[in-house]
Amino acid sequence: MAHVLQERSRTLKIIKKLLYVFTVPVILFIFWWFLSANNTSPYFPSLQSILAAFPETWFKGGLSSRIVVDGFASIGRLTTGYVLAALVAIALGAAIGLNTKVRAFCEPTLELFRAIPGPVLVPIISLFMGIGDSMKIAVVLLGCLWPILLNTIEGVRSVDSVMVDTAKSYRFTSFGTILRVVIPGASPQIFAGLRQGLSVGIILMVISEMFAATNGLGFSIIQFQRNFALPEMWTGIIVLGLLGLAASQVLQLVEGRTLAWYQGMRDSARNS
Amino acid sequence: MSISTTTAQRTRPGGLGQQRQRSQRIAFAAKGQNVVLGLCGLATLAVVVQFLAPLGIVRAQDLPPTTVILGQLASLLADPLLWQAIYDTVYVWALGLLIATAAGAILGLLIGSSERARNALGSTIEFLRPIPSVALIPLVVLLFGPAYESALILVIYASFWQVLIQTIYGVIDVDPVVADTARSYRFTRIGIIRHVVLPTALPFIMTGFRLASSVALVLTVTAQMMIGTPGIGQAITTAESAGNTPKMYALVLVTGFLGVLVNILARYIEKRLLSWHMSFRKEVEL
Repeated sequence: MAHVLQERSRTLKIIKKLLYVFTVPVILFIFWWFLSANNTSPYFPSLQSILAAFPETWFKGGLSSRIVVDGFASIGRLTTGYVLAALVAIALGAAIGLNTKVRAFCEPTLELFRAIPGPVLVPIISLFMGIGDSMKIAVVLLGCLWPILLNTIEGVRSVDSVMVDTAKSYRFTSFGTILRVVIPGASPQIFAGLRQGLSVGIILMVISEMFAATNGLGFSIIQFQRNFALPEMWTGIIVLGLLGLAASQVLQLVEGRTLAWYQGMRDSARNS
Repeated sequence: MSISTTTAQRTRPGGLGQQRQRSQRIAFAAKGQNVVLGLCGLATLAVVVQFLAPLGIVRAQDLPPTTVILGQLASLLADPLLWQAIYDTVYVWALGLLIATAAGAILGLLIGSSERARNALGSTIEFLRPIPSVALIPLVVLLFGPAYESALILVIYASFWQVLIQTIYGVIDVDPVVADTARSYRFTRIGIIRHVVLPTALPFIMTGFRLASSVALVLTVTAQMMIGTPGIGQAITTAESAGNTPKMYALVLVTGFLGVLVNILARYIEKRLLSWHMSFRKEVEL
């Protein structure tokens, strides 16, 4: 009897949760659908026509469809630049953060580079690399680098020095100490940097493609806008939104896995 | 930690002042040394850039020597057009940031204080937040063209979410016992928000504000470059298409300085508003 009741309350809980997740989005969708249905403004086409244009625009043509060609071009540039930036920033950040003198030497220069808004990198890097893929990857890399780097330095600096000394007295090599003690200890802060870096990275990917490209999501959207293909342009905005959502979900998944110990520690500290 | 130091200090009341003075002097000397080292870092960068082109490592038209860039910067500083561009940039940045912060903080306080609202709106916020604001560029181009409203919308969209999310986190962080105590002392709803929720959430709101202030500058410059709203970003694209690389680099440096100023300003405001807060008091004690 108790078992059945428990089961029922669990199902109720799930239903309640699903209701919470879907009610507002569904209401917004319905509002958009009906409010835009008789819209005469060309800039806000009806949701119906946007959805109707979607398959034609993105999925037509199998392997040569837009979603495959442009989607992969964009995702490839973003991932390559972002992952390279993360690796470089974490390695450099650990090296800089561990030494007070080096940190003092680098910090103002790094702060200046971080403060330069990423998009101005596009014309500079295209001077050196032309307007090919390597330019776009370099823009993403150099834009994401600074938030991750500065957060890593900050995180490494705040790692408990007792832990580092303990690792030393257990004869960890300095490389082992960095890999097993310093970087894990700094990882909550590193992830804060990774999150900031990801949103900058997506912005830079789109902008570098709008600036000069022959494919990619940013290029497609700007192309639709120039041709006044408005429902298609709206589908592009939706695709970019979905890409941003997917990227942040993937990062959240990685963060949840990597920082499970930290979340647990914080929860137990709060409950005690 | 802090308790043990205060008891230790209390047992030796005579040495306390001297001790603090000495540790302050040491901290001051270390800070001076750090400033010198930092300036050395910047100088190294300047020297390296100075000799890259003459040594043939890069072409002078791609990266002119430091002296050329700084000379261009000096003559730009005498140009009223640059100051107009800076004014346009700062105007859009500040207005957008102000609107986004106010809206984000107020909505965040409202949504955060009700668990039901939080649950109901969570999925929508999680969906809308990661949409890159640059995706809206084609739309604002059509709606406003190269007017400052275009930039403003991008800035507000990008900064709003930063403040909103942080504010909601801050409200969740409120100690339920404190909130219940306030309620049993018959604080009104507004009184609870003013005296309990806001002080707890303020550090979070300020973190959101700090993140938003740099994102806002990025989006301001982006709009100027991509849409052509007047400002430094637009001047950069003009200099680039005219092939005037020294001017382009000088303008990029200006955006960098502006960014540094924005960061310093945000940290200053944060410090002023949170001087009573633990995390800042501790720094002062050291």
